Amino acid sequence: MFSFLEKNPFFFTLAFVVAFAVAGVVEILPNFFKSARPIEGLKPYSILETAGRQVYISEGCYNCHSQLIRPFQAEVQRYGAYSLSGEYAYDRPFLWGSRRIGPDLHRVGDVRTTAWHEKHMLEPTSVVPGSIMPAYKHLFTKDADFDTAFAEAYTQKEVFKVPYDKPGGVQLGDIQEAKKLFLEEAKGIVDHMQDPDIKAALKEGRVKEIVALIAYLNSLGQGRIETPKVSAKGQ
Amino acid sequence: MAKTSAEYDYSIARLFIIAMITFGVIGMLIGVVLAFQLAFPKLNYILGEYSIFGRLRPVHTNGVIYGFTLGGIWASWYYFGQRVLKITYHDYPFLKVVGYLHFWIWILTLILGVVSLLGGITQSKEYAELAWPLDILVVVVWVLWGISMFGSMGVRRENTIYVSLWYYIATYVGIAVLYIFNNLSIPTYLVAHTGSLWHSISMYAGSNDALVQWWWGHNAVAFVFTSGVIGTIYYFLPKESGQPIFSYKLTLFSFWSLMFVYIWAGGHHLIYSTVPDWVQTLSSVFSVILIIPSWGTAINMLLTLRGQWHQLKESPLIKFLVLASTFYMLSTLEGSIQAIRSVNALAHFTDWIIGHVHDGVLGWVGFTLIAAVYHMVPRVFKREIYSAKLMDVQFWLMTLGIVLYFSSMWIAGITQGMMWRDVDQYGNLVYQFVDTVRVLIPYYVIRGFGGTLYLVGFFIFLYNVLMTIQKGRVLEKEPAYATPMGMQ
Repeated sequence: MFSFLEKNPFFFTLAFVVAFAVAGVVEILPNFFKSARPIEGLKPYSILETAGRQVYISEGCYNCHSQLIRPFQAEVQRYGAYSLSGEYAYDRPFLWGSRRIGPDLHRVGDVRTTAWHEKHMLEPTSVVPGSIMPAYKHLFTKDADFDTAFAEAYTQKEVFKVPYDKPGGVQLGDIQEAKKLFLEEAKGIVDHMQDPDIKAALKEGRVKEIVALIAYLNSLGQGRIETPKVSAKGQ
Repeated sequence: MAKTSAEYDYSIARLFIIAMITFGVIGMLIGVVLAFQLAFPKLNYILGEYSIFGRLRPVHTNGVIYGFTLGGIWASWYYFGQRVLKITYHDYPFLKVVGYLHFWIWILTLILGVVSLLGGITQSKEYAELAWPLDILVVVVWVLWGISMFGSMGVRRENTIYVSLWYYIATYVGIAVLYIFNNLSIPTYLVAHTGSLWHSISMYAGSNDALVQWWWGHNAVAFVFTSGVIGTIYYFLPKESGQPIFSYKLTLFSFWSLMFVYIWAGGHHLIYSTVPDWVQTLSSVFSVILIIPSWGTAINMLLTLRGQWHQLKESPLIKFLVLASTFYMLSTLEGSIQAIRSVNALAHFTDWIIGHVHDGVLGWVGFTLIAAVYHMVPRVFKREIYSAKLMDVQFWLMTLGIVLYFSSMWIAGITQGMMWRDVDQYGNLVYQFVDTVRVLIPYYVIRGFGGTLYLVGFFIFLYNVLMTIQKGRVLEKEPAYATPMGMQ
């Protein structure tokens, strides 16, 4: 029955494409535009948070930490309200992860403070005895990459119409204004930190990677939504 | 008229064999380091920030998938492609040049990939971490393989396309489509004219990005680890054992049903996530159905040896191939079970999944490709295999390693999943997260030990291949079936 296909690579390939394409068309297309809608009041990431997200990605934090709270009683108790699709609408790429070697971080901003993160990143076992997380001392010495973070936020705004620069929302402005906001926001984090070198660096206009990462981690949680809509019981 | 073996051109196959073994050593060595890092966190600092788990892990996965596995598949293609199509690259210098380009651009991409990943340049999508400029190189490599494969088919002297090539065509087209769609992204420098040139952001956001990623992520397994490796074993098992494939109808059935069913299953990575329930359910159902084509292939392999089981005693090479088919059955059964919603609720995010992947890749992929190399080396280097005894030692060390690996990960994963959900009589959580980490340490040590045994076996493989090339008895005539092996 199929023997003519086996003699003709072209038709064979064509038949394969047909068999292969069905699932993608059925599973992916119907929902594509619906799932891209943000939850009401969702704030885009500030540039400092974007820079921190880039540190999170570059250090491969997603290899050990998920950002997806499943709708189970135990998970909601442990991590907070379960995750909703519309909360991820500005996440490019998504960072759900596939393994929890460490705990879920989708709402870590609701439960941990800047000071806690600072200690934890320097020496995880000092705050979590028995932790197997590596220390991230190099984040305390390297500067956060403002330019790439700005480029990302700008691309989000221009290409994907992410609502930056709306009245009362997250401001981007031009690159000078953005830099000013970036430093102001960093000061808000650094004020709660201990490390004198980081404070000194900020005075010279340099923001360390750890500051950006903490800003990002602090932003994870229900604070991302202007009017919190997510409770432990769902909406 | 059948061509004599001396006329086949093995120069490209040789390069791929050597590179594949090299990337196997690198990828698996890093894997062992990663395994022990979880038990002994101090190992994270052996190379400063460049050796921390989060940076090393993608180097391990990319090295093993794109270095070792694809290297093995391509070595096989440049070896048996000529044989099943009855051509030789001596007659087609163009195809030979394409083969060399394919090899060297692949090597360049891998090296750039390792360096950039260690430097923290990553897109963070699993098995699609490479930055956008490297993605373009990957496409070039893929196009070159396509020219080689379809070009060779265009000039073939054999009317029928052998079944191994059906699977290779599937690998080719499947990966091309999935890889390109998953990696569509906007380089931010081109929009904002500032920041890093390497940086890009995905075309898709949030749940959509997850859907596209796992449509890719799961089907990278489908079309590299499954169809690519099935294509490989469909050549080497009948060839080595001298037996025809058990059933043509079963081959047809399992090929077309695998191709139709596999892609649906990708969504099982997203059960209980924020993608719609109907997608999750559909994926779960198709994941269970997937057992039929998977076992169809494995049974077809095993029955190919009907009446020939004495070959298991006589040849370590056959042992590798038979155990590979068996591990394929184990791994696919396990995968289907894990895709059932209630099981997935427990298993997802735990080490049970890691165990599942590794009984598949270590047992099925690793053993098939090792056997393929053992079959090819005497023919492309024209020497008898140096030592059958060493092959046997390697086989048992590796098998023991796999058993320790998956059993420790099963226990670890199920333990952790149970501890996460454990509540007392008042509905309060019993364990802190870190309690579930501490309890896994002994299993991480066992897993590391299992991985080490596998790695030691791989070094024996390397040694045996090198000794074969240098010291193996020279073969006057290419063996038709069973590979000749020295006994020391």
